[in-house]
Amino acid sequence: MDALDRVVKPKTKRAKRFLEKREPKLNENIKNAMLIKGGNANATVTQVLKDVYALKKPYSVLYKKKNITRPFEDQTSLEFFSKKSDCSLFMFGSHNKKRPNNLVIGRMYDYHVLDMIELGIENFVSLKDIKNSKCPEGTKPMLIFAGDDFDVTEDYRRLKSLLIDFFRGPAVSNIRLAGLEYVLHFTALNGKIYFRSYKLLLKKSGCRTPRIELEEMGPSLDLVLRRTHLASDDLYKLSMKMPKALKPKKKKNISHDTFGTTYGRIHMQKQDLSKLQTRKMKGLKKRPAERITEDQEKKSKRIKKN
Amino acid sequence: MEDQSVEKLLAKAEQDEAEKLQRITVLKELELEFDLGNLLASDRNPPTGLRCAGPTPEAELRALARDNTQLLINQLWQLPTERVEEAIVARLPEPTTRLPREKPLPRPRPLTRWQQFARLKGIRPKKKTNLVWDEVSGQWRRRWGYQRARDDTKEWLIEVPGNADPLEDQFAKRIQAKKERVAKNELNRLRNLARAHKMQLPSAAGLHPTGHQSKEELGRAMQVAKVSTASVGRFQERLPRAPRGSGKKRKFQPLFGYFAAEQKNQLELLRVMYSKKAQLDVMRATNKQMREDDQEEAAKRRKMSQKAKRKGGRQGLGGKRKGGPPSQGGKRKGGLGGKMNSGPPGFGGKRKGGQRPGGKRRK
Repeated sequence: MDALDRVVKPKTKRAKRFLEKREPKLNENIKNAMLIKGGNANATVTQVLKDVYALKKPYSVLYKKKNITRPFEDQTSLEFFSKKSDCSLFMFGSHNKKRPNNLVIGRMYDYHVLDMIELGIENFVSLKDIKNSKCPEGTKPMLIFAGDDFDVTEDYRRLKSLLIDFFRGPAVSNIRLAGLEYVLHFTALNGKIYFRSYKLLLKKSGCRTPRIELEEMGPSLDLVLRRTHLASDDLYKLSMKMPKALKPKKKKNISHDTFGTTYGRIHMQKQDLSKLQTRKMKGLKKRPAERITEDQEKKSKRIKKN
Repeated sequence: MEDQSVEKLLAKAEQDEAEKLQRITVLKELELEFDLGNLLASDRNPPTGLRCAGPTPEAELRALARDNTQLLINQLWQLPTERVEEAIVARLPEPTTRLPREKPLPRPRPLTRWQQFARLKGIRPKKKTNLVWDEVSGQWRRRWGYQRARDDTKEWLIEVPGNADPLEDQFAKRIQAKKERVAKNELNRLRNLARAHKMQLPSAAGLHPTGHQSKEELGRAMQVAKVSTASVGRFQERLPRAPRGSGKKRKFQPLFGYFAAEQKNQLELLRVMYSKKAQLDVMRATNKQMREDDQEEAAKRRKMSQKAKRKGGRQGLGGKRKGGPPSQGGKRKGGLGGKMNSGPPGFGGKRKGGQRPGGKRRK
């Protein structure tokens, strides 16, 4: 409901702004992520959540206390948290004998769970284990997905879309070229997904484009795909629906050839060619003496005819 | 000879160029797919080099990452750049990857009664100045709010108008008038809200005391008044001559005596529970389904006709809508008064599990 649409209207401007921030809009806010620990989270999983929180600052919330829920059985708790903190992405970490080092990553639509994918962590190197300088928080990362597995199955495709959504950061129109500092690289190989983050070093090359050297910086995870809870096709389609206002506008009266020529169409009113204004050639202008002789000739011709 | 030297020079220049580009070129079987708006690159090449790497493919992963990043950077450096305060800034194109939204699309709200009227008459909002000159204080004051220009409440003297009762409290009268205006505004706002969410409005016919109310209207008004307490009328004393039994009467079977009927009922119950066939009365079911379909069609048709009317620019004043077949399950307190809507048929009672105005409930 709109801030103005509620039965009890907000009494202060601050409350009104708060409600307006959370209502559905045409151009949406940047998605926030909530990082939750399960009832039996261990040190590895906690450290993973802390590292992801560092990567995603300031658009994330790390819950300090453990929450005893099971995302795959009961989603009401997650939905409640999402509504309270206005977060549409979440990551839930837990650990038990059957599923060691478990990480559930998911997203919401309209405060209900849309997609949820469970990943197992096999190998984890934390941010603090790699001793080098890190990049400032809030930088937009570059994302690279390698491996043909990411397009083969629906699970992997949704996982790719989910990872893009999660780590994307704010949508910007301009970017400072020197500010491209780190890259997240996902490789799908043999059923495992290798997540590595590298810091970018731009070296001189002969031409304008620099040569890239990478330095391992951040969390590196080896993930294994476990359970998935994907949204049904129609719900997914509904969530992808773009409003008409945001669709790219088609320009009328412009068409393209197969050869690359652009044709345009101009619509004009009917012209009276006799009244058309053309260039005046001063040299060809008739002098008054000549005009008189011409008139006389014309008159004589007319008399002759008659 | 000169030709030779020229050729040599050209060859050398080409070689130099190739060397320069060598540092940033990367050879790949399949081209990567770029989405520069998201700073995203997808490499579809099967990672053959990694397969033979063994358990710790760190070096190979890093090499692969370096190659892919180099290609992405090459693409980014080709974007149009501009200089913004000593920094070179590239303009990114629109992101092409489609990602799901986090909230549903905002629904267009129907216009309020005033907005419909203004649209009909062509009234547009007048731009007003922020400050107004206040004679009393001799300064510019805001139009409304704290320390406003012409503040009625701060007057210490109100003249009694010629035709008014001299013993009347003019200050109290002013306060009362303000309260009534506020209440009326609130009522109109709630009515607009109910119309926007297509809720059924509680009808107020007969509740405003005019002199000419019929016996039934008065009775209804009295009922409504009785139920409008916090405990919904449970602890209200009955008036001595008020008619009793205006609600539904419950009928109970007698406790003893009629064994035959009871026996019949119990045996019937057992039979129904025991039989494995579904107890579906096909006739009734199909009739019900047909009726629901008809109602849906009627509602849709009404919506289409309203949309067409709106597009034509004509707004029905007050949104008068024809009441369809009476809504089942919704309580109706008296007839509709004037310009209030009945919800589209079947809206009141027949929804499964309660329809929230916000969105659909999804399992």
